Amino acid sequence: MSRVISTLKTFALWELLRGLSVTFRNSFRKGVTIEYPEEKTPQSVRFRGLHALRRYPNGEERCIACKLCEAVCPALAITIDSAVGTDGTRRTTRYDIDLFKCIYCGFCEEACPVDAIVETRIHEYHFEKAGENIMTKDKLLAVGDKYDAMIAADKAADAPYK
Amino acid sequence: MTGLVPQFIVDIWDSLPPLVQYLTIVTWKILFVTIGVILVVAFSTYFERKVIGQMQSRVGPNRVGPMGLGQPFADVIKLLIKEIVVPTASNRFLFVIAPLLTLIPALAAWAVMPLHPGFTIADINAGLLYVLALTSMGVYGVILAGWATNSKYAFLGAMRSAAQIVAYEIAMGFALVGVLMAAGSLNLGDIVAKQAGGLSQWFLLPLFPLFIVYWISGIAETNRAPFDVAEGESEIVAGFHVEYSGVAFALFFLAEYANMVLISGLASIFFLGGWASPFEGWTFLDGTFLAIVTAPSFFWLFLKISFFMYSFFWFRATFPRYRYDQIMRLGWKVFIPVTIVWIAVEGVLAWLNIGPWAG
Repeated sequence: MSRVISTLKTFALWELLRGLSVTFRNSFRKGVTIEYPEEKTPQSVRFRGLHALRRYPNGEERCIACKLCEAVCPALAITIDSAVGTDGTRRTTRYDIDLFKCIYCGFCEEACPVDAIVETRIHEYHFEKAGENIMTKDKLLAVGDKYDAMIAADKAADAPYK
Repeated sequence: MTGLVPQFIVDIWDSLPPLVQYLTIVTWKILFVTIGVILVVAFSTYFERKVIGQMQSRVGPNRVGPMGLGQPFADVIKLLIKEIVVPTASNRFLFVIAPLLTLIPALAAWAVMPLHPGFTIADINAGLLYVLALTSMGVYGVILAGWATNSKYAFLGAMRSAAQIVAYEIAMGFALVGVLMAAGSLNLGDIVAKQAGGLSQWFLLPLFPLFIVYWISGIAETNRAPFDVAEGESEIVAGFHVEYSGVAFALFFLAEYANMVLISGLASIFFLGGWASPFEGWTFLDGTFLAIVTAPSFFWLFLKISFFMYSFFWFRATFPRYRYDQIMRLGWKVFIPVTIVWIAVEGVLAWLNIGPWAG
């Protein structure tokens, strides 16, 4: 008897029709696509994107060239040279981050005792020529200056959880 | 005509020899139908991606033009400006001629299609045989493409395609024998005319098993999912057109979709009454503006073709690819017996004067 029923089902294309009904029902389901350039998903304040070097409100660089970030960096992406600055303090003469090596783990930010190096929420950037992947000290400071308000707001929002 | 066209054009027209007049009209008809088919083909690639996207909760093309409607043209332009790479080891002549051999039959078959009451490019009595002959011609292009490429993958794809089309051609032919018996004519226009008189007169109901067999064979014939082993991406990359690029690839693409539209059109003509309206005979609509839906017109054929094209896309979104031996089993051991049994049943019923084919 079950064989008869299964034969009838086969000839009525029962299984195929059930499959078709699944795809047909799905075609009326609301899509979940975020159409990226126009729409964006919400971002955490802890998002780890492009790096930046910060300054104190009086314009002095925060970085004291302690090289903790260089030491902690698991991808060896950070290179630091230091010298005595004009005001007699220890300063970096070179602070390069190779973005091709960087794995955006955020350890440099955690290691930094003066909150100088941070990772911002900027993630839409690109390189057009070889060598642009090296973020020099000037470029990092420029990013920090440009997005200072955003970085400060993000750090303040995250502070209670640290 | 008078008043619409300036008199001197009418005079020039009348002064032409009848043969020239005839050739001009036929050429315009051919241009009209061919361009129409190619436009339908172009937009069916767009709708395929939209429909399948919808079913998989995706968006589909939406970047070129409003709602992505410019996508077919962007694709065509891209393919036109790409280089055609001819493999060194290939047979150059056959390599170039193969895409044409698949495309030309798919377009030529439209010559006998009754598109609108009284509009057929060539109203010949052997229309159905012509269509069968031309749809079988398409496989030569596929086989030659696979052979001329001189690549193992292309050759395997061509062999699979050939075996599959031979298997399903028979079932398809038998299904059409049933249509012939019911219509009593090989002329496609007559077959449509026989189905006039509303939904109940369509061959869909009395020939339902044949319709299913014809439709599934049609999908197999066009090498579409779930019967697309000829281009099975997972095993043989792209099958017979693996080495084709640029315009040559575009022609294969065009041929595949033109064949789909053709099979949809034929299924509409054989089983769903072609340009006949499903509401024919609803006399209570006469005198109202709705009376127009009871009139036979090209619109109904277009609607039916659209439905079949939609189900092509629907099947592709639903079914996984058949295994090769399952395709062969379905073709030889299921479809051919089913069609033969139904033809026998139909013959007995006709002999006993039962059903729509009585007399």
